[in-house]
Amino acid sequence: MENNKFVIAVYVENKAGVLTRVTGMFTRRGFNIDALTVGETERPEYSRITICMSGDDYAKAQMINQLKKLLVVKKVEVLDDEPIKRELMLIKVKNESENRSEIMTAVDVFRASVIDYSTEGMCIEVTGNPSKIDAFVKLMQPFGILEMCRTGIVALDRGTSTLFSK
Amino acid sequence: MKLTGAQILIKTLIEQGVTDVFGYPGGQVINIYDALYQYKDEINHVLTAHEQGAAHAADGYSRATGKVGVCIATSGPGATNLVTGIATAMLDSIPMVAITGNVPCSLIGKDSFQEIDITGITLPITKHNFFVNKIEDLADTIREAFSIAKSGRPGPVLVDIPKDVQVGSFEYEPQPIAEKLPLPKVGESLIEQAAKLVNEAERPYIYIGGGAAGLGMGNDVVALAEKIDAVIGCSFMGLSAVPQESERFLGMQGMHGHYASSVAQDEADLILAVGVRFSDRATGNVAKFAKRSKIVQLDPDCAEINKNVRVDLGLVGDVYDSFTRIAAKCKKKSSPEWISRVRQLKADELAFEEEIAQADKSPLTPKQVFEIINAEKPAGTIITTDVGQHQMWTAQYVTFDRPRRFVSSGGLGTMGFGLGAAMGAYVATKDPTILITGDGSFGMNLNELATAVTYKIPVVIVLMNNGVLGMVRQWQTLFFGKRYSNTVLERKTDFVALAKAFGADAYLAETPVDFRKAFKAAMGAGKPVVIDVRIDKDEMVLPMLPPGGAISDIITKV
Repeated sequence: MENNKFVIAVYVENKAGVLTRVTGMFTRRGFNIDALTVGETERPEYSRITICMSGDDYAKAQMINQLKKLLVVKKVEVLDDEPIKRELMLIKVKNESENRSEIMTAVDVFRASVIDYSTEGMCIEVTGNPSKIDAFVKLMQPFGILEMCRTGIVALDRGTSTLFSK
Repeated sequence: MKLTGAQILIKTLIEQGVTDVFGYPGGQVINIYDALYQYKDEINHVLTAHEQGAAHAADGYSRATGKVGVCIATSGPGATNLVTGIATAMLDSIPMVAITGNVPCSLIGKDSFQEIDITGITLPITKHNFFVNKIEDLADTIREAFSIAKSGRPGPVLVDIPKDVQVGSFEYEPQPIAEKLPLPKVGESLIEQAAKLVNEAERPYIYIGGGAAGLGMGNDVVALAEKIDAVIGCSFMGLSAVPQESERFLGMQGMHGHYASSVAQDEADLILAVGVRFSDRATGNVAKFAKRSKIVQLDPDCAEINKNVRVDLGLVGDVYDSFTRIAAKCKKKSSPEWISRVRQLKADELAFEEEIAQADKSPLTPKQVFEIINAEKPAGTIITTDVGQHQMWTAQYVTFDRPRRFVSSGGLGTMGFGLGAAMGAYVATKDPTILITGDGSFGMNLNELATAVTYKIPVVIVLMNNGVLGMVRQWQTLFFGKRYSNTVLERKTDFVALAKAFGADAYLAETPVDFRKAFKAAMGAGKPVVIDVRIDKDEMVLPMLPPGGAISDIITKV
C-alpha cells in the first residue's frame, strides 16, 4: 500500500485538556504526524486542529476512526486532494553587506517581508504553502540562518464547502 | 432542593439506579462518605480492603449484570490504586463509573498532600474522564458519565471531584436514568452484501466475542448456525454468550483455544465475526490468520474494523440488529463435507486430550478438578478467575449455562482481578459464585478475603496451588530452555491457616475424592471458603498456539 501525505481537519470542543486527549491518542496508537496546528474557528465553542500526516489508506482510516471515538471530537474530515494550505515562518538571517541585495531580491520574489532589521541581521516573515517555505529556507542557508520558527500548516477546502456542510 | 456537592453526588447515583458501590474512604472523600452515611438506606456501600479490590468489584458487578458498576476512592494513592481496575475494565469494554475525590481547586497544581492528576493518569485507560470544577456541573457530569459508560462500545468513565465542590451547595433536581444511546442501524445494502457472502460460503464459522456477551443473542446464533450449517466458535470474552450444549459449538479458539475451534476457523471460507476485536492472543500471526476465509465483521466501534485483521466487509452499528437482519436473508443450506471435517477435528481433539490425560500420573489433574466443578456447581453459577494457567483451563473446561456467568480479565490479563470481581458479582446477583485462582494470582489481592468474610459473601475459592507461576513457567519450559527464572515461588504460605485467620473456612485437597468432598461442603457453607488444591507444577495448558505463530505451529503435546 502506497504512503501518501494527507491533511485532516478536526473540530474539537474548545476546552482545557482537549489537545492532550487528541495528541495522547496519537502517541498511544503509534501514529506519526508531520505537523499539527490548533486555533479558534468561526464557532467560538470549537477549535480546529489541522493535522498533516503520511500513511497508507488503512492508517488513514484507522486515524480517522480513532479520532471519531474521542468524545471531545465533533467532526473529522480528510481534506480534498489539493486544499488551500498556508504556513507562516519567521526566519532570522545574518545581514552581511555582500549578501544583502541577494537576500532582498529573494524577499521580493517570495513576497516575504522584512519585519526587523539591523546591520547584523534581519528577521523575515514568509507565508505560503509548505513547499514555498522549504524553498525559502534553502535559499537562505548560504547566508547564515540564525534562528527560524514555522507554524505548521492551516488548511481549508477550496470552494464554498465547509467541514460542517460535508 | 439545595444540597451539598457530596449529597448531590450520592443523590445522583441513586437517581441513576445505583444500589451498591464499592470503595474506601480518605481525606478528600470524607464529605462523600458523610453523604453515604446519610443515605445508607438507599445505597449500600461495600468497604474493600484496598481500592484495587473496589475497582475489580465494580467491574465484576457490571460483568455479571450489565449494570454500570461504581467505585469510590480518595485522592492521590486512593485514586492511583484504582488504575489497574479501570484499565482492566477498559480493555474488556466494561461499563463502570469511578469517582475520586481531589484536593480543593485552590490547592490543585501545588503538589498538595495526596494530590495527583488522576484525569491525566487515566486518560488512556478510560473511555472518557471529567474533572468537575464547578458544583453547578456536578449532577449533569455524573449523568453524562453513566450515559457514556453504557452507550455504544461500553467502557469506564472517571469523575474527579475536588473537595470544595463536595463542600459547596447548589440546587438539585432529580432526573430520569440516563438512557443508553441507541446504536445506528446498518444500511440495507451492507446487510444484503453480508448475507450474500454468507450464502456463498461452503464452510461458515460464526465467531462470537465479548461484544455479543450481553446481547442475549445465543439462541439466534445457534439458529443461524443450524440454518446455514455453520459451526460456532468464540473468543475468550465471548465464552458465556452462546449456549454451550449445542453440538455446533466448538468453544474458544486462539492461543489456548480448543483444537477443533482454532483449526476450523483456519479452514473456514467465511467468518461471521460478532463483537470480536481480533486480539493477538486470538489470531496468532495476523498475516497467516484465516487466509482462506472472507471475513464479515459486526461491531459497534468503527475503529475495530480493519484494526488488527483486514476484513472483507465491516458493519458498524447495532450488532444484534445487523445479525438478525443478515440471518433473515440467509438461505437454508447444508454442507455435509464441512460438518464431517469438523467432526473429524473434534475427534482429533478428543484423542489429543485423551493422550494428555493418560500420560498424566498426578494424583489430581486440572481436568479432574474442572470435571468435578462442572458436575457439582448449581445452575446459574458465576465463575470468576484470576490470570494464568487456571484461567485458560477454566476457559477450556468449564461449561457455562447462561450469559454473564464467566467473569475474567481478558484484554489486560490482570492477576489479582478475581476475588474483587467475585465479590462484585455476588453482591449484584446473590447467585452462587466461584473464584478459580492460582497461588500466584491469589497472592496479589488475597486481602479481600477480609471483605468477603465481613460482608458474608460466600465465594468458593478454588486455589490451584502448584507452587509456581505456572503460565510463565510453561513458556520457560517450551521457549526458554527450562530456565525457571523467578517462577518457582518456594513460599511457606499455609493457605488453609491463612484463610482461617481471615475468618473463612478452608480445606486442603490432594486427590479427586478430597476435592469433591471439599467442594460440596464449600458450596453449602454460606461463607467464604478456600480450597487449597494441590496440582503438579509441570501441568501445561494445551493446545498452545505459540505467540505470533500460525495454525500449523499449534502444540498439542509435549
